Amino acid sequence: MSKQYETVIGLEVHVELATKTKIFCSCSTEFGGKANTHTCPVCTGMPGALPVLNRQVVEYAMAAGLATNCKITQRCKFDRKNYFYPDNPQNYQISQLYLPIARDGYVEIETDRQKKKVRIHEMHMEEDAGKLVHDEWEDCSLVDYNRSGVPLIEIVSEPDMRSAEEVIAYLEKLRTILQYLGVSDCKLQEGSMRADVNLSVREAGSTEFGTRTEMKNLNSFKAISRAIEGERMRQIELLEEGKPVVQETRRWDDNKEYSYPMRSKEDAQDYRYFPEPDLTPIIISDEWIAEVKAKEPEFQTEKISRYQEEYKLPRYDAEIITNSKKMADLFEQAAELCGQPKKVSNWLMGETMRLLNENNREPEDIPFSPENLAKLVNLTEAGIINSSVAKEVFEKVFAEDVDPEQYVEEHGLKTVNDEGALREVIEKVIAGNPQAVADYKGGKEKALGSLVGQTMKAMKGKADPAMVNEMLKQCM
Amino acid sequence: MTNKISDETIDYVAVLAKLELSEAEKESAKADMERMLDYIDTLNELDTEGIVPMSHVFPISNVFREDVVKNDDRHEEMLANAPEQKEQSYKVPKTIV
Amino acid sequence: MDIRSLTAVELGRKIRQKEVTVKEAVEAYLTQIEAVDSEINSFVTVDREGALKRAEEVQRHIDQGMLTGPLAGVPVAVKDNLCTKDLLTTCASKMLSDFIPPYTAEAVANLERAGAVVIGKTNMDEFAMGSTSETSWYGPTKNPWNTEHVPGGSSGGSCAAVAAFEAPLALGSDTGGSIRQPSAYCGVVGIKPTYGTVSRYGLIAYGSSLDQVGPIARDVADCAAALQTLASHDEKDSTCVERKDTDFTGALTADIKGMRIGIPKEYFGEGLDEEVKARIMEAARTLAAQGAVVEEFDLALVPYAIPAYYVIASAEASSNLARFDGVKYGYRAQGYEELHGMYKTTRAEGFGAEVKRRIMLGSFVLSSGYYDAYYLKALRTKALIKAEFDKVFERYDIILAPAAPTTAPKLGASLSDPMKMYLSDIYTISVNLAGLPGISIPVGKDSRGLPVGMQLIANCFAEKKLIRAAYSFECATNRRYVAGVCSGRFQTQEEGGKQDVETV
Repeated sequence: MSKQYETVIGLEVHVELATKTKIFCSCSTEFGGKANTHTCPVCTGMPGALPVLNRQVVEYAMAAGLATNCKITQRCKFDRKNYFYPDNPQNYQISQLYLPIARDGYVEIETDRQKKKVRIHEMHMEEDAGKLVHDEWEDCSLVDYNRSGVPLIEIVSEPDMRSAEEVIAYLEKLRTILQYLGVSDCKLQEGSMRADVNLSVREAGSTEFGTRTEMKNLNSFKAISRAIEGERMRQIELLEEGKPVVQETRRWDDNKEYSYPMRSKEDAQDYRYFPEPDLTPIIISDEWIAEVKAKEPEFQTEKISRYQEEYKLPRYDAEIITNSKKMADLFEQAAELCGQPKKVSNWLMGETMRLLNENNREPEDIPFSPENLAKLVNLTEAGIINSSVAKEVFEKVFAEDVDPEQYVEEHGLKTVNDEGALREVIEKVIAGNPQAVADYKGGKEKALGSLVGQTMKAMKGKADPAMVNEMLKQCM
Repeated sequence: MTNKISDETIDYVAVLAKLELSEAEKESAKADMERMLDYIDTLNELDTEGIVPMSHVFPISNVFREDVVKNDDRHEEMLANAPEQKEQSYKVPKTIV
Repeated sequence: MDIRSLTAVELGRKIRQKEVTVKEAVEAYLTQIEAVDSEINSFVTVDREGALKRAEEVQRHIDQGMLTGPLAGVPVAVKDNLCTKDLLTTCASKMLSDFIPPYTAEAVANLERAGAVVIGKTNMDEFAMGSTSETSWYGPTKNPWNTEHVPGGSSGGSCAAVAAFEAPLALGSDTGGSIRQPSAYCGVVGIKPTYGTVSRYGLIAYGSSLDQVGPIARDVADCAAALQTLASHDEKDSTCVERKDTDFTGALTADIKGMRIGIPKEYFGEGLDEEVKARIMEAARTLAAQGAVVEEFDLALVPYAIPAYYVIASAEASSNLARFDGVKYGYRAQGYEELHGMYKTTRAEGFGAEVKRRIMLGSFVLSSGYYDAYYLKALRTKALIKAEFDKVFERYDIILAPAAPTTAPKLGASLSDPMKMYLSDIYTISVNLAGLPGISIPVGKDSRGLPVGMQLIANCFAEKKLIRAAYSFECATNRRYVAGVCSGRFQTQEEGGKQDVETV
């Protein structure tokens, strides 16, 4: 590669809103459930059915727009986007093209290298499509409209990002903001947050944009990073060979780490947008905007400062914990209950993150209650269980949200503080290991470790290791 | 006749409209469309400069529903008219080639 | 007494007074349908069993005092583009030839709540696209006045059913004249209400911004009573207006003294049949004689209504009819390859020529590069037309016009030339573009014995003025043009009022 290239990336992020009902009908948005159990004439596109807008969708979209510094379009309306596909029961999607609900915003992102603003071009409301499942047995597809009509906002950025790192930072920032607002749970794996990547490359220093492609089917941050790298290299190779980049939509295959063009002659990509005649315009008053603004929660940056001040957490801890609204809420509640914020933070930063990673889950999936975490901290701090038992109990808390007090009681995991019982065991260990005792006495500090280990084993882990250490030395 | 509709245009519109047209149908579609467009072009006699396009006749706005689940499971009724179904789903030719 | 000679309101009264049972009423009409519909073809579906069962239920509710309204027990025919739960709803298309809706259209539900009994679903132009009822997959409906002629369209089945005494009352829909024009051709009364007055929920959409459901009956009082029942705020239709002034039967007063009536000169120029013109002018003189102030005025934008309409209606139709794809309901072709092949074959086989013509036009005018030139231009024209009407209604209470340029054409005459068919809606279309209410009432016949209809148009939400003017005309002419006698195989309308009933 002789030349230097710059990658230019813009994102279209789809976020499912956390409403109870769909955008245009009173069907539940609940995830999962048997096929087509959350459907009605409206969301299956029955002839004669008509949409009626869910007010909460407008409020959530406004909240998202305001939190990302957008201007709210005070007279906005819906348009129809026409295209045929079986997951789209009407064969048009009700969306917004001409007057989207919010425009001209930005979010600030921070990467290792720098802080920067990523501008938001516009944000609009639309309905989600149904789900298609491929049936290998009969070589056909099956359509489930449970997701059809679930409200989405699409957030379209300007082409302001230059690397996968910036893209991830932007997505994490958006996710944090939207989760804090309670507007969406933003789970990539369940598809409640999805990103399409518009990418082009150009020679470094150039101010003209290259031809861009749009990549779809990106289901994780890792896939997004890989797809950006893959597409960047593909376009550079084309340019190096003197071939043109074709403006097209491509589907990323994360297993093959390659993208494929999605076009066919049946996809004319001519959506024939026109104003949706079945819905009325939305007029958003200054008062309504003020009302939504007033409901804004404490955001991450505010929380970080408060955690440092109020809970005396290190900045690093505060940043990690507040990355997820769920974790921040859990932290605050557990800290309140046990009065040990730093200890709570340690559990979240250490074991919780480790187990989330191991189980390939996100902080929003944290399954346990603040009460049980607080109890665990209390048990440890009171010396009722030792730290290795605590870890074992925590795994149970994480997996099943067990009550630690009850669990410790039932399984007899309390630290034995009975000196007599411990002394008995220690004397047996000393008697049974003359060599180790001799070694220790001869100055080999290491030998003590093996004696401690044997004592702990005999105590079934329930002794306080510091106490064992002390008593062993005494007895020898 | 001032409007001329090419074969390519008719093919393109048929793709958008998802209609399989025979050659004869294409020819008559072309003729029909040319005539209609000529007629529609009389609108160009009107000066509409500065006129706001009117999609709704009345100034009704902000018609909303509250976010309350009201619909029960009606999948049997919804699927009852499906030409083909399987596993409580609408069955279609495979979508990913 | 022949039940069929009663108007809907008269029949309702006799039912409430226990002079006629609901079952007798329903049977009388089912018998008439059986006798004549093989020739008229007003109905796609006759729900004999359902109607008789429902008649018993309604009778019970009347007897228990639960149903006391004017339409309790009255049979009604419903245009086949209004969904009826568990009853075939076809839009007169092969595409929906097996569609059984899981729900009932709000307009129909309103009538049913008032105790009306649906006896069947009426024929129409396929998906309401047409002005003659000849584009139906179920064959054309014939005009009861002369079966060599069309009944008009698209609500031709509903209008013919009322004219042929197959139903005292029917529901139609009007997107560009589809209630008023066939009402004129069939010599019945039809109202197209102000856009948003009757819920469109369950009306299978053609042009969503233009479609409106309305009543068709033998006289103005029936239409007023039906409209009063139909008009209700419906939360399921966002474009449905909440109206408080729906006491339409209260407007049935023969008093039009000082009412300002304007006649647009442009409606009486080239293209208007001389005999039609003569009847309409005669009717205008009748109204003037009742004290109305009648004068002519200019309505300059008339020539632009049809082209603007065809852009808007076709564009909306191309999108509204996209849902018919063989996936969820209706027809699915055989022998296709892959998904898009299924779509294209299904739609090619399921839709008729006129529907395809409009879907093609609509897809084209919305397509990339043409949207501004065609669609936005049409929406701007619509704004101008609306503004022009706003001005007119500053000066006039009512606009008086023909409902159609001719009386009913012969079968087949329009099919060969779609453009000619489109032009038959010239007097009705701008009313839809501006969302106005309009009524068509019979004012006489031409020399061939075919009915002539007069159209009255009022400003938005001024249906009461229409009803008052139309009712005044009926009274002033001693109900001479109201079909009141059922004799012979279909009906005849003997001018000079009601006579004793004689049926063969």
